[in-house]
Amino acid sequence: MTAKLSDRQRATQEAVRAQIEGKRSEPGAVIFRLMLIVMLLASLLILVVLLADIFAGAWATFRDRGLDFVLSGLSLNPETAGVWTGIIGSLIIAFMVILLAIPIGVGAAVYLEEYAPDNTLTQWIDTAVRNLAGVPSIVFGLLGLAMFVTLVNGIGLGGSTGGRNVIAAGITMAALVLPIVIITSAEAIRAVPRSIREAGYGVGATQWEVIRSHVLPSAFPGILTGTVLTLARAFGETAPLLVIGVATGFFSASADASFLDTLTGPYTALPVIVFSWSRQTDPQFINTLAPAAIVVLLVVLFSLNAVAIYFRNKYEKKW
Amino acid sequence: MTTTSPKLDLSGDSRRRTRERIVRGLFLAAGLISIVISIAIVLSLLGEAWTFIKGLIDEGDLGALWSIGWFPRRGLYDLRTIIVGTFIIAVIGIVIATPLGLGASIYLAEYASPRARRTLKPIIEILAGIPSVVLGFWALSFIGPDVVQRIFPTAGVFSMLSAGIAVGVLITPLVASVSEDAMRAVPLSLREAAFGLGANRATTTIRVVVPAAISGIAASLILAFSRAIGETMIVFMAAGAVGGALLTVNPLDPGQTMTAAIASLATGTDQVAGEGLAFQSLFFVGLLLFLMTLVLNWASNRIVRRFREVY
Repeated sequence: MTAKLSDRQRATQEAVRAQIEGKRSEPGAVIFRLMLIVMLLASLLILVVLLADIFAGAWATFRDRGLDFVLSGLSLNPETAGVWTGIIGSLIIAFMVILLAIPIGVGAAVYLEEYAPDNTLTQWIDTAVRNLAGVPSIVFGLLGLAMFVTLVNGIGLGGSTGGRNVIAAGITMAALVLPIVIITSAEAIRAVPRSIREAGYGVGATQWEVIRSHVLPSAFPGILTGTVLTLARAFGETAPLLVIGVATGFFSASADASFLDTLTGPYTALPVIVFSWSRQTDPQFINTLAPAAIVVLLVVLFSLNAVAIYFRNKYEKKW
Repeated sequence: MTTTSPKLDLSGDSRRRTRERIVRGLFLAAGLISIVISIAIVLSLLGEAWTFIKGLIDEGDLGALWSIGWFPRRGLYDLRTIIVGTFIIAVIGIVIATPLGLGASIYLAEYASPRARRTLKPIIEILAGIPSVVLGFWALSFIGPDVVQRIFPTAGVFSMLSAGIAVGVLITPLVASVSEDAMRAVPLSLREAAFGLGANRATTTIRVVVPAAISGIAASLILAFSRAIGETMIVFMAAGAVGGALLTVNPLDPGQTMTAAIASLATGTDQVAGEGLAFQSLFFVGLLLFLMTLVLNWASNRIVRRFREVY
């Protein structure tokens, strides 16, 4: 058909097509699009430069020390210093978060989604959760300093630190992440369709039985994903620990320290090690050891995130 | 029809009902813990903050809140210094994060193909997952010497500018993800109407999508500002002025923020040492910080509720 068109007709056809397809070059639109791409690329570039800079600094440590760096304790000597003490501290804190924040947080989410009547008390709980989520982490440190340290000391777990130990740190961190656990768990529970519950009631189950055997199992993947992300948050948080007296310098844990001594004595955490090494006067701590500690921290965080994404993809249900 | 139906007891097993009540009580207790924590925060802050103010009044020294600088160990608690420092760094952060975050979110929401979006979004999320202590270290090891000092040779390694830039990097993903959600919530029909009138994508985005999502975008910026005010580690590590600071508005100077003031007092030699009221001043500053972020978060919630276009 096109073969029969004259040159003039073809030119007209091209012009019309260009008009319809918007081939007019509009400089404003092109510039706007370019600006957006530049902004996006700049954000990505920052990430790349950040990671490259950190990994370049850390490279020497891992090349020379390998796993020894991960498995050595604190030391004033940069040749033998490692992050193991911090890993242990962070793991104990994470364990206490799992022990305290997860059951309380999921419980609160169940109450808000399944039980709560529409009354003033429920609104208060709701407001409290949303406000707590926005409170700066350092304010939780002050709460820990004023309340939890005293509490830990009061129940006889103060040890040599007078309550400024990993138990108080765990409680503080649990309070810090509690609103996140509640919000993510509540979302997961809300996503369970009503029909699942009605099926349970229909065969005579009580509300608790429906929650136990229908709602919680259905919401479990979502709760699990939220839990793992919460742990990642707890692993990276530093500021509240500084306020409640984490050890920022060197301390030695004696080899025959009992488990209780470890819990009540001085402690440190992985991100705190990054902080205290970045303040050392010996440049080797700043130039190679601190980046290496950051790499260990980032590996832990990225693995937790990867686990969360895996859970989400594997168990996610579409109702 | 005179047959009476047999009386059915539908109340069930009494032990089962008791168990229901107990379980419900446990869940309620879990829910109440958030209120307990909120009250505990307010009480612990108010208590020590009041001791601080009362101590100053007893010494007849309220002028210490309005002096030459923030040197708590020497009894100088100039609030202007740390409030000005806090706002300078937060504003620098917002100035950095607004174009980066909004640009990235508009591109992801309006321009990117689904495939590009699936690749790019997780990368932005990685940036969001980087702990602030890492950005603090990067600010003092890279942004300070390699960026700020190259552009402004007079600046020190520690400056409010390099801390502000790092805070901007920290809050960029927050701006990006909250405003992207807001723009994706704008229904397709609005865009189609604009395209139908012959608007191109840029016009549609600027004149239709962004105005429709403006409440969410504004909320994302307020949230980011609140986050910037509450950020501790970056400022503590990169803004310098660990012992104290004089009042300054020059971003190239070292500065002190409210959060860094708390952190540096608390990381003294084991106990908060020095002047008698230094320990209490921590809680007073904490109270101010708590109230500021509370107001900002409340404002951001309110903007979303009040101005949200419901489709």
